[in-house]
Amino acid sequence: MPAPPAAEPGRAAPGEEDRVIETRGLTKVYRGGRPAVDGLDLAVPRGSVFGFLGPNGSGKTTTIRMLMGLIEPTAGTARVLGRPMPGAARQVLPAVGALIEGPALYGFLSGRDNLRRFDAADPAADPRTRTARVGRALERVGLAAAAGKKARSYSLGMKQRLGLAAALLQPRALLVLDEPTNGLDPQGMREIRALVRELAADGTTVFLSSHLLDEIEQVCTHAAVMARGRLVTQGPVAGLTDAVFGPGGRGRLAVATPDPGEALRVLAEHGLTGLRADGEHVTGELAPPEGAPPPDVAELNAALVRAGVRVRAFGTERASLEDAFVRLTGEGFDVAG
Amino acid sequence: MSRAEAGPTAAAAAAAGPAVAGGPRWPAGLVRSEIALTFRRWRTRVLLAVLAAVPVLVGIAVRIQSGRAGGGADGRGPAFLAQIAGNGLFLVFTALAVTLPVFLPMAVGVIAGDAVAGEAHTGTLRYLLVAPAGRTRLLVAKFAAVAVFCLAGTLAVALSALATGAVLFPLGRITLLDGSTLPLGAGLLRALAVAAVVALSLLGVAALGLFVSTLTDSGIAAMATTVGLVITAQILDGIPQLQALGPYLFPHHWLSFADLLRQPVYWDGMAQNLGLQAVYAAVCGSAAWARFTTRDITA
Repeated sequence: MPAPPAAEPGRAAPGEEDRVIETRGLTKVYRGGRPAVDGLDLAVPRGSVFGFLGPNGSGKTTTIRMLMGLIEPTAGTARVLGRPMPGAARQVLPAVGALIEGPALYGFLSGRDNLRRFDAADPAADPRTRTARVGRALERVGLAAAAGKKARSYSLGMKQRLGLAAALLQPRALLVLDEPTNGLDPQGMREIRALVRELAADGTTVFLSSHLLDEIEQVCTHAAVMARGRLVTQGPVAGLTDAVFGPGGRGRLAVATPDPGEALRVLAEHGLTGLRADGEHVTGELAPPEGAPPPDVAELNAALVRAGVRVRAFGTERASLEDAFVRLTGEGFDVAG
Repeated sequence: MSRAEAGPTAAAAAAAGPAVAGGPRWPAGLVRSEIALTFRRWRTRVLLAVLAAVPVLVGIAVRIQSGRAGGGADGRGPAFLAQIAGNGLFLVFTALAVTLPVFLPMAVGVIAGDAVAGEAHTGTLRYLLVAPAGRTRLLVAKFAAVAVFCLAGTLAVALSALATGAVLFPLGRITLLDGSTLPLGAGLLRALAVAAVVALSLLGVAALGLFVSTLTDSGIAAMATTVGLVITAQILDGIPQLQALGPYLFPHHWLSFADLLRQPVYWDGMAQNLGLQAVYAAVCGSAAWARFTTRDITA
């Protein structure tokens, strides 16, 4: 493995000042094992909602721990908010809210006292505004009514909300959320997604790891995919599926018709591949052969109608991030890398 | 945030973040939070209750004994036991002499051993560190809270003993070890000084427990190890063949607090005791700092 470039504070690539997180050759090797994170070059743009994907054991949490200064990298450098970590933890972390590997609370303290405790640990937090800030954070995550209860009696979803509230005690430039919707019911998940969008709209960069791909697809502007400690790809979410499946090759055509046989014939004539008929439901890949322009969906519809195919429904199904993910990592989720 | 060309200059530092503190801050807020946290744990309250119960038991036993035999103890048993029936204030000294070898250091070992490892076990440690509490700052706050517990534990024994002694026995002028007497007020001051010395005697154990606590992510293991070390040190100190080792063991000079009950006070033993505690605190404190500030927090 080539030695990663040494940290040169003066060196700056164009646009570097717009990176909230930037790592170069970031590597972590736990004692006697293969690298948990191997030569990671991550770039998180300011203002993005950045999805961090990967199967279990692919190094996501190790990366987050290095970014937060909890563990020392074996090699490489990490910069958060433009400053080196873990060296500048004191200056960087007050502007960072984090939820790492699930919430951890003092069960014998109330929800409110848990937040007061974590706020007291932050030397940049003004104790005079503590009560007000704790109250606002509790309201923001919908826990105001349960704030006086002992955290021990909280459900997993409530603990998750309290963990989020701790990350929101101060206005933050960066939020690092590791599986934030874990343990939440669908209603809670929707609320968290709304909260993430709201925070992003306020200008907070959100770094979000999740194993729920449709969740990433719904809220994230950018994403990175990890597999076995290495970065497989990163970039805007829309570009990610393009990059994997090619432009225009991101979807399947879906037609509902009482004449599936005729529809298959017409679509095959127009160059669609992977055609399947399942009862009245006909689908085919819109991916064009190499070099050819993608078929015009409107033309396909007109052709079907001209051929006398009665069309009940007509539309395209986009390739999901999950399709891209499976293509990239060659494995489903919940598989240890 | 940092300007593109700016190195680690003051300008870049100034642009670091919206919520950055102006300068280094003393961990007063965190210390308060640590102390409050320690004393809100049931474990702490139970330990204090057990410590407070010891003088009550001793007092009742002496009361029953003196009522039956009419003459108090026969010279065996813990220090000052014979004097209790005559002056309840001596129950304070007896109770501290009884609890200092085992009960008090065990209680301190439990609190100190759990201080870091317990938070690592529940995962709250990582949230304190990303707050960011700062590793040195957190360790200082933890040590301060354990030191406060040393004082609280000692006071629990002393005040309980004073109350029990006042209820069960007469109070009055106390006769010191050298035969001179002091009025009750001066005697109470001596008792307070004894409690202070006993509390300081526990700082070595406190630092040792804190160091052990930085070695593991299991609060129970750290508590058990610390208490085990306390008992081992006591046993080693009691083996005559290992006399050479004795002066280096933290419990060796513990009972020198009795020298406060002489007129004039005999300081040598206490100076040796407090010096030894300071050495233990410095060595174990440095080891705890070296370990904690370089350690990967993976829990």
